[in-house]
Amino acid sequence: MNEMTLSRRSFIRTAVTAGGGMILGFVIPGVPKVLAEGVLPEAWKDPAGGAEINAWLTIDKNSIVTVRCPHTEMGQGALTSVAMMVAEELNVPWANIRTVLADANRHVTQGEVYVNMSTGGSNLVRNRHPHIMQAGASARERLREAAAKKWKVTRDEVKAEQGVLTAGSNTGTYGEFAADAAKVKLDAEPSIKAYGDWWLVGTSVPRIDVAPKVDGSAIYPIDVRLEGMVYAAVRACPVPGGVLKSFNFDAIKDRPGVIAAVELKQVKEKLANADLRSAIAVVADSFYRAKTALDLMPVEWDFGAGVQYSTEGMDAAARDLLGKPAEHFEAVRGDPLPLLEAAGDKVVVGDYYRPYECHATMCPPTAVAHVQTTGPLAPRVDLWTFTQNVAAALLVAADQSGIDPQNCYVHGTFQGGGFGNGNGVDVPRQAVEISKQVGRPVKVIWTREEDTTQARTRPPIWSRGITTLGDDGLPTAMLIRAVGEEKNPAYADRGNLNHPYMVANFRYERGVVPTNIPIGPNRAPGNNSNAYGLEQYIDEVALAGGWDPLDWRIKMTEGNERWQRVLLKMKEVCGFTTDLPKGRGMGVAVVESHGSTVGACVTVEVSRRGALFIEKVQIISNSGYVLNPRNAEEQVSGCVAWELSHVLYGGLRVQGGRIQNVNFDNYKLMRLPDMPVVETIYANSEDQWWGGFGETACPPTPPALANAIFFATGKRVRSTPIIQHDLSWS
Amino acid sequence: MSFSLNVNGASHDVDVEAETPLLWVLRDTIGLTGTKYGCGIAQCGACTVHVDGVAVKSCNVSAASVAGKTITTIEGLSPDGSHKVQKAWVENTVPQCGYCQSGQIMSAAALLATTPAPTDREIDAAMAGNICRCGTYPAIRKAIHDAAAMG
Ligand code: FES
Ligand code: FES
Repeated sequence: MNEMTLSRRSFIRTAVTAGGGMILGFVIPGVPKVLAEGVLPEAWKDPAGGAEINAWLTIDKNSIVTVRCPHTEMGQGALTSVAMMVAEELNVPWANIRTVLADANRHVTQGEVYVNMSTGGSNLVRNRHPHIMQAGASARERLREAAAKKWKVTRDEVKAEQGVLTAGSNTGTYGEFAADAAKVKLDAEPSIKAYGDWWLVGTSVPRIDVAPKVDGSAIYPIDVRLEGMVYAAVRACPVPGGVLKSFNFDAIKDRPGVIAAVELKQVKEKLANADLRSAIAVVADSFYRAKTALDLMPVEWDFGAGVQYSTEGMDAAARDLLGKPAEHFEAVRGDPLPLLEAAGDKVVVGDYYRPYECHATMCPPTAVAHVQTTGPLAPRVDLWTFTQNVAAALLVAADQSGIDPQNCYVHGTFQGGGFGNGNGVDVPRQAVEISKQVGRPVKVIWTREEDTTQARTRPPIWSRGITTLGDDGLPTAMLIRAVGEEKNPAYADRGNLNHPYMVANFRYERGVVPTNIPIGPNRAPGNNSNAYGLEQYIDEVALAGGWDPLDWRIKMTEGNERWQRVLLKMKEVCGFTTDLPKGRGMGVAVVESHGSTVGACVTVEVSRRGALFIEKVQIISNSGYVLNPRNAEEQVSGCVAWELSHVLYGGLRVQGGRIQNVNFDNYKLMRLPDMPVVETIYANSEDQWWGGFGETACPPTPPALANAIFFATGKRVRSTPIIQHDLSWS
Repeated sequence: MSFSLNVNGASHDVDVEAETPLLWVLRDTIGLTGTKYGCGIAQCGACTVHVDGVAVKSCNVSAASVAGKTITTIEGLSPDGSHKVQKAWVENTVPQCGYCQSGQIMSAAALLATTPAPTDREIDAAMAGNICRCGTYPAIRKAIHDAAAMG
């Protein structure tokens, strides 16, 4: 029997916490041959046993409902969110809910039963709730129908409440009717509940996946261990765009445990998500041996044209472009150009810059692949990988191995963070290719240095605002000119082009600087860095016209219900004032992204010598409704830490076409002692829409901080990281 | 080089190069994957374990150098997740992605072993070596105070 047997029920460990639980495959400590797999090879077969009502859920005899979550759990609460939405419609007590990760192979081979397994863009609740809730509603109606048939009443007469079916004096549990319900075919699918008509949604539910994350049993791709598995350390060309020239395996082949060197060839000239880049891998019997041998192996690269790029060069080119009309523009309203020209130097001008940043997920990109081209199970690929979309990873596995998708299995695991990086790295393809070549299961781990060097970074942004004011101090004409980088210049538009401030004459322009550094989505893409410029500039414009920055925003968004709600709430609860003694300051900023409008109010203290203390960050959020306030507040804290990391200490530096600061000794992140107090305040419209929550508190935090620093010190911090600036005052 | 390691009360004979970091011996040789790799240079704390009761970054000590000492990993902190730090972590739903949390918990447990009722300053000092990219710091601080209150 092959090591990768299809049925490993005995390995399944169930962790049940009060009020819900979760099931994910896993480790059996102490059993010698046990290899931590994270496998639930046929996730749709409820390990507890039970009737499958539809692809999304099973119900067992005791009315325990196992919900299959098609989305990646990377810390944002996907398992809990999906289960809550299903339980809401199913009308089943939360304590009866278990979760498993849904199976990508079933999705791909059975007509996309989960509609969409991609996880990102804050889409899970915002845009996927109709079909997720539908799955629960459909199951509920089939239970009612099964009971109606048995009791010879109409379905309307059957109530389905909290896991119990009743009609008159008849009563039965969901568990009793599950098998019959599985056979019911409905004439028409029910519609989901009306917005707000909920009993579970909107309540604070503790996350369902906590227990395995406090005892070391949660399995991430890096923890998957297969019998006969070998390890690979990889290095792609450190100058993105370059290719491998040569390597000398002979120099290391006699080192302990070393098995092979595998060249990974770049086939496509223009790289899309997960396409292989030119790289070299060393395979050994342990990761440390593979990594040490790779470090010692002589490798020559053809760095290519990328070497010409540097932070300084890009910055000089971008600042030059900020001074010139750009070819790409949008005349959003009126024409500000003649007014700005007539104003001469009576204009408000502000320049801003934020550099490249990377995701640095705590678990570096990792994948374990087992490609079988011979043997009883061949052809077959099994893959456990860093991803935010197991279905997309499955197609990558099929493509790289040449094996039919039907015979490819991507097994769900927890992810040690995602933040948008999960779909953009080629680690799954590397693992599949190396396993194919060495004929054994292989685990590829990117070192932190490799992660930072190769990750698709967040693009840099330069921007300039030019505005002229009317007699009332409000703007009459505004030009925002942004400069982005060439890989995806449209990121520069977000928030700069479509801000809500109703200036009568407004024009947006965009210039582009060339680069070799790959970029990709990164927690609130575009908005995250762009807002640093725009929302500081708004303060500068307001103050130049003698306006309070918060009142200015309220005035300039009149009639915009979503923004007004946030701004007025901010005014009501945050105590924002520009009238504080020097050394103390409060700053505000508001950004709309991923369907939510979110404001930040930051309070700081800056010593005369320039030491910054962030006292408090208040986040005022309008996401329409909130699925799970407890999880939402945890996400807000995460967003604040995330962006404060970057604006305070971050910034990737490029020299010779390569990232220079590639580990945590010189790419600094927020640590516990520096974390401010964070408050979440809701200002929800509760009006037929749902916005995102996992990234929307990121964009407003940095500009609100910079605005607060201005009020405390009189200094405008026009670029990040802030620690590079002298904040002293007298 | 062959030597044996005492991990979570069990003795493991291992045969690795003398300089091999304890982290990789725990994970790859012994198969205890609860201890995580995050940076390999003593900056993130994901690899934190106890050596003779003291929190140590296992990526930064060679396995050979801790032969004969008592090593505890997250898997050995308690038989059933019942250590007060683990209980407080569950009650406060501290973990988001969870990847850093083995290290956070080991650092917190070492702190409470010597400082049963730590002040915020003491928590700052003990936890500054552990990065959480998900930003769970406020929950970590609260959970440590809660665990301390459990006595
Ligand atoms: S892996 Fe040891 S401190 Fe980061
Ligand atoms: S919980 Fe994700 S890194 Fe800490």
